[in-house]
Amino acid sequence: MNRVARFAHGSRVPGWDQAADLDKDPSGVPDPALVEVPPQLRAEIEAAMARYPERRSAALPALAAAQRVHGWCSPEAIEQVACVMRLTPAYLSSVATFYDMFELEPVGRHSVYVCTNISCSLRGADELHAQIAEAAAGDPEINLRSFECLGACDIAPMVSVDHVYYGPLGPGDAQRLVEDLQAGRDPIPELALALRRSADPNANGA
Amino acid sequence: MSQTILLADIDEPGLATLEVYERRGGYQSMRKALAMEPAAVIAELDASGLRGRGGAGFPAGRKAAFLPKGDLDKYLVCNADESEPGTFKDRELMQKNPHMLIEGIVIAAHAAGASRAFIYVRGEYEAQARILDSALAEALDAGYIGERILGGEFSCSVVLHRGAGAYICGEETGLLDSLEGKRGNPRLKPPFPAVQGLYQGPTLINNVETLSTMPYIIRIGGAEYAKLGVANGAGTKVVSVSGHVQRPGNYEVELGTPSREIIFGLAGGPPEGRRVKLWFPGGSSSPVLTEADLDIPYDFDSLAKAGTMLGSGAIIVVDDSTPVLDVALKLAKFYRHESCGKCTPCREGTSWTVRMLERIASGEATPMDLDIMASVQEHIIGNCLCVLGDAMAMPIGSMIVKFREELESHMEYQQLAGAA
Repeated sequence: MNRVARFAHGSRVPGWDQAADLDKDPSGVPDPALVEVPPQLRAEIEAAMARYPERRSAALPALAAAQRVHGWCSPEAIEQVACVMRLTPAYLSSVATFYDMFELEPVGRHSVYVCTNISCSLRGADELHAQIAEAAAGDPEINLRSFECLGACDIAPMVSVDHVYYGPLGPGDAQRLVEDLQAGRDPIPELALALRRSADPNANGA
Repeated sequence: MSQTILLADIDEPGLATLEVYERRGGYQSMRKALAMEPAAVIAELDASGLRGRGGAGFPAGRKAAFLPKGDLDKYLVCNADESEPGTFKDRELMQKNPHMLIEGIVIAAHAAGASRAFIYVRGEYEAQARILDSALAEALDAGYIGERILGGEFSCSVVLHRGAGAYICGEETGLLDSLEGKRGNPRLKPPFPAVQGLYQGPTLINNVETLSTMPYIIRIGGAEYAKLGVANGAGTKVVSVSGHVQRPGNYEVELGTPSREIIFGLAGGPPEGRRVKLWFPGGSSSPVLTEADLDIPYDFDSLAKAGTMLGSGAIIVVDDSTPVLDVALKLAKFYRHESCGKCTPCREGTSWTVRMLERIASGEATPMDLDIMASVQEHIIGNCLCVLGDAMAMPIGSMIVKFREELESHMEYQQLAGAA
């Protein structure tokens, strides 16, 4: 029995079937005269570079800014960052592929991260993920991902919707979350982490 | 255990603003520390017995003293990449009391002679990053950070840096590479960051909770702080309790508080009718303990004596409704995903451990596989640049030892079910 997942091209290695063009030189640092960068993105990247003693440190904030503009770390997005930061696109791709929050393919507008690590899964996160997947099935605007520990085990099972934390989600909340998002409302507002008080009985001068 | 330092009045409205923080006596410790010689600040930290709250538990004063003296570009990095499964204390501290952290950063930077400080916040903590950003802007306006703090000689800029989702960036050298705009691969040590860290300069790296504790230590004095807690484990600790407990959350306790008091007294214990099957005392990387270990005092030395560790101070409770195999598989998959791939024992070991656990789950394994799996764990420990691999090997190894019978009966059951 072959239980190891393989791609349609027969290999377990993504991109295995995409041949490299050996006659082509690797991309160098893009020519500023040839790359159009949205002015606001350029300003944001330059401001980020100015915060550090070495401009390379701005790679993460710059890629994040480009992703906000383009929706994902597209080749154009990476080329624009490379142009402003004076780095090669290959270098920035190597960085972008390392971190979970950079999207390497086009995704929906709303990010929904469900923490499925140990503490959340003990409290039903895997089921929650399945419920959201079912409720959001076929909606290309919802980018549902199962994520590693998001640091909110006190509100398990929890989700991060467009980087805002909510939890704990109970029965029916998955459906409501998706409906709220689709209707353009703030999702499940009463479950926002920001509203939660400390659990420690001694924390507030008791 | 009723002593709260870090969580004191944590929900007071507006505590995240400079106005309320100052009304509560905020930034007075910074004034006091800046009037002291750096060596005197380090002496106070030493006397306090404060040990790092991020996971390794290294004495904070000694760490600050490691940085070379003299006119060098030195850096302070606050590790706010809280990613250890089960840990969420830094999140609450940053979100509700950001100025306490900033004050601690200035105190530590003064002690170490660092003129630039960075806060590396994990990318997922967007709300916390925003709150810190506005707190930093307030502190800059008030002259508490930046050039010539309080009009004196000392200057220290503080820059907020956001990560982008990688557990390994919580490892101090992986964090430094990430902060330099690279992939977050750990570095070979030595040289240690205190000698050659960020941008090759001497760098002091401290956890959010460690730094947040410093204003209190300076205020009451190191010797006074050392009276809290136990020998070789001074002070209070914010413990994140999660999993199968009735009241998950952050609880601040004096070190040395019985673990049972934290899990049952504060967090309410497992749901009605359930029993504690196993618990992680210090995040998912710590070797597991069982119900028999609940009376161990919660402090560095007592947990080390029990063969585990306090780690980041995150207790994850698993009750008797969950098979140990599910827990092991969840963890192994996490470490496989997060292994950066630089060192072979970790990259291959995490991957093979997942496959072996899946064999157990599907009924293809034999008891010999448990021995092979245990030996894989032994071959990871100590053989990599960082401890990510060890962080899987230690809990998985402990589960194989402590729950061997359950794992074996699971195999037998699966095989019988397959034959039927």
